[in-house]
Amino acid sequence: MSTSENIQSVADIARPKPLLVRHAPYFIGAAVLVFLAASMQFDGYILNILMQATTFAIAVFGLSVVLGLCGQINLSQAAFFGFGAYVVGLGTTDYQLNYWICLFGGCVLALAAGALLGLSTLRLGGHYLAMVTISFQQIVTLIMINAIWLTKGPDGVPKIGRPALFSSSQSYLAFCVAVLAIVGYIVWHMPNTRLGRAMRAVRDNELAAGVNGIDVFRTKIYAFAICALLGGLGGGLFAGGFAYVSPDQFSFAESIVFLTMSLLGGVASPIGSAIGTGLLILIPEWLRFLKSVPGLYLAIYGLSVILIIRFMPDGIWGFVTAAYDRMWPPKKVAPSAAALVLKPAATGGATVLDVTDLSKHFGGLKAVDGVDIAVHRGGVHALIGPNGSGKTTTLNVLSGLYEATAGKVVLDGTDVTAMPPHLRAAAGLGRTFQNIRLFRSMTALENVIIGAERPGNTLIGKGDHAALTERALAALTFVGLGPRANELISSFSYGHQRLIEIARALAGNPTLLLLDEPAAGLNSTEKLELHELLKRIAAQGLTILIIDHDMTLVSEAAQHITVLNFGRRIADGESMAVLRHPDVVSAYLGTA
Amino acid sequence: MDLVLQLLFTGIGIGAVYALVALGFVLIFRATNVVNFAQGEFSMVAAYIMVICAVDLSLPYWLSFIIALAGMVVVGVIFNLGVYYPLRHRTYLPVIIATIGASILLTNSVLALYGPQPQVLAGWFETPGIQLGPVYLDSQYLLIIAVTLALVAFNWWFFEHTMIGKKLQATSQDKEMASLLGISVSTMIMITFIYSAVLGGLAGILVAPILFVSIQMGATIALKAFAATIIGGFGDVAGAVIGGLALGIIETFGAAYISVPYKDGFAFLVLVLFLIFRPQGIFGERVAEKA
Repeated sequence: MSTSENIQSVADIARPKPLLVRHAPYFIGAAVLVFLAASMQFDGYILNILMQATTFAIAVFGLSVVLGLCGQINLSQAAFFGFGAYVVGLGTTDYQLNYWICLFGGCVLALAAGALLGLSTLRLGGHYLAMVTISFQQIVTLIMINAIWLTKGPDGVPKIGRPALFSSSQSYLAFCVAVLAIVGYIVWHMPNTRLGRAMRAVRDNELAAGVNGIDVFRTKIYAFAICALLGGLGGGLFAGGFAYVSPDQFSFAESIVFLTMSLLGGVASPIGSAIGTGLLILIPEWLRFLKSVPGLYLAIYGLSVILIIRFMPDGIWGFVTAAYDRMWPPKKVAPSAAALVLKPAATGGATVLDVTDLSKHFGGLKAVDGVDIAVHRGGVHALIGPNGSGKTTTLNVLSGLYEATAGKVVLDGTDVTAMPPHLRAAAGLGRTFQNIRLFRSMTALENVIIGAERPGNTLIGKGDHAALTERALAALTFVGLGPRANELISSFSYGHQRLIEIARALAGNPTLLLLDEPAAGLNSTEKLELHELLKRIAAQGLTILIIDHDMTLVSEAAQHITVLNFGRRIADGESMAVLRHPDVVSAYLGTA
Repeated sequence: MDLVLQLLFTGIGIGAVYALVALGFVLIFRATNVVNFAQGEFSMVAAYIMVICAVDLSLPYWLSFIIALAGMVVVGVIFNLGVYYPLRHRTYLPVIIATIGASILLTNSVLALYGPQPQVLAGWFETPGIQLGPVYLDSQYLLIIAVTLALVAFNWWFFEHTMIGKKLQATSQDKEMASLLGISVSTMIMITFIYSAVLGGLAGILVAPILFVSIQMGATIALKAFAATIIGGFGDVAGAVIGGLALGIIETFGAAYISVPYKDGFAFLVLVLFLIFRPQGIFGERVAEKA
């Protein structure tokens, strides 16, 4: 097979057919389902199963957002489901409110509860989130059972109303299926939106997401709130469908059922959610005899969770798509015709980065101690020093991963000292990591698109998908990897992964590029290529601050060098002069 | 004042149970960097073994106790081999989910085998307790406090002054380096799981005569033990103990002065307050994912 056959033209990628045309089959299919739900004569039993599956699936879609897209756990989805159900239940009975107002209110309540819960916990690690959501679930159950004045306690809420428009069970089911189809479409489409990409980036690598301009905390809260919202929506519909709700329907066990549905089908996709929900509603119906022994079928759920996690971590749908990808691997892409343009902003003076008296202390250890660095606009500035001299710490303070103990960092006229990483990225800072931090579940192109989306990037027009793809492809082509844009990160060699990381930073058109030991682990050919690349970047006027141990690379590429030792600056100035400086020689070679 | 002293005593007794389970949490977390969400179920399973042996089969209390602890050794081994070990190279999320699955499996297996009725287990001593001035000291609470103190002391001796304790510490700090130094990491992790299963089981056996033995007891205890580890400072042994005691006292006073039905809610409230205002806990540990 010749390569030309294997190559998809750029036009195909950059300018696909309008979304509505491409996705028309989905809507036609959904319309057929809604029609079937409305017109087929189901008996009551089948109708109940379908109603349950439809409303549960909406809640499980929520998990596919928070767990699948964003990698955050939620073990209280049944509580959010319960919020929606109780607001509709109590609202339409005790308070005689309109169904639509109640449904909306339930969604808002779930959304607000999810956002608040997220605000309290999402800055911390995942263990906290798991335990806090379990606790939250328990509290909600306690309230449902004990606050009898509000919830009617264990007796539950009977005679819940439906909207007049969908008063028959059949028409109400059709309405629920329509809602499911719309929510499913949104969730299915979400990974390719800006927010969805941010969630995936956060899931794959929080630090890298931050330095690429993504507000990690906010993204997690959005994911969590969306999940809770979908839980509330599903619950609200559920209450109308079954006309009766009680606390045991929204217990921790039910949260586990939701989780199992999500894991079984495949957490990454709404299709997986639908499969998982369908199976776990149908299987217990087929195996009704299991329900005669209390606990038995939940025990089987528990065992299934362990087995799925171990043997089929991507669920049924993930297994199917992986098999599909193996049979039809991604096509090669023609390299971008457009050359990568870098237009670094220049609002400040001649100094792009002005670091004064910067210190970072870890307890008693002064890793960085009163360092001054002035990086002039254009060209390559190197920061060198023996191991343990504080170079990487300095870089981490500059990009906001560590908080400075003292000192000031001014980037292109903006004081960024107190900013978190994503705001520094927005202010024009791009960086790579010594131990490569790419988004490993994504393709090279998707990685670089996230870079191109840097807030403050002026070169992506209105920032639509076509413009972003074009920009990302240009950046990948610039580092020589354009044709392999659609491959997953894991299929690239170490050296190429470094280049992708550089392309990701370049796509964002930064004002200053920080490179953390880019030559580490590269062979001599790759080092030469890297040197070439640095020259081509510098030729476009982008300022580079580089840390490296390779003296050949540093002395040839950098015009200006700052030397650190034991956290202090020991020399600074024009390259050749600095490298001959006696203190530098003795720091590297020891005193004679 | 008398009531306050009485509540303080009860709170410390309950807190000691949380401390024991929290200790199990912390040990596994330090060895594997994973929070074991089935830790509470260890307590529940041990309590049920006690009920089966001491009540149903009328075996002597001490023999039942030994059988229950031996059972926990087996549970620890199976748990490690079946749940943690196959996933040891994956990220924390799959492992968390698997331990949650294990927790559901254990709880509901016991439910399926033994039914939903809560069981009653007698205390260790015939004497119900002693009156000391205004305070009535329940013998089971006294036992719990004594055992917790002894275990904390043992823990300190074991980790600081025995070779195997030092090997366990080395494993928890740097697995690769430990294995290069000839320490069998998988053995150390196995020991950790067994030890924390036994600790959890011990807590369950001790608390069983105070609470009913029910399938929910594990989840309730685990939730509070986890809150205790956060209050104390995650991953810190002393923190887990102090946090457990603090939580026991807060909860007992909350139930006495504020509301009984929401007794189990106070732990959550304290947990959230700590997460918002002092996530590193009293003794301060790193809390976010490692940079």
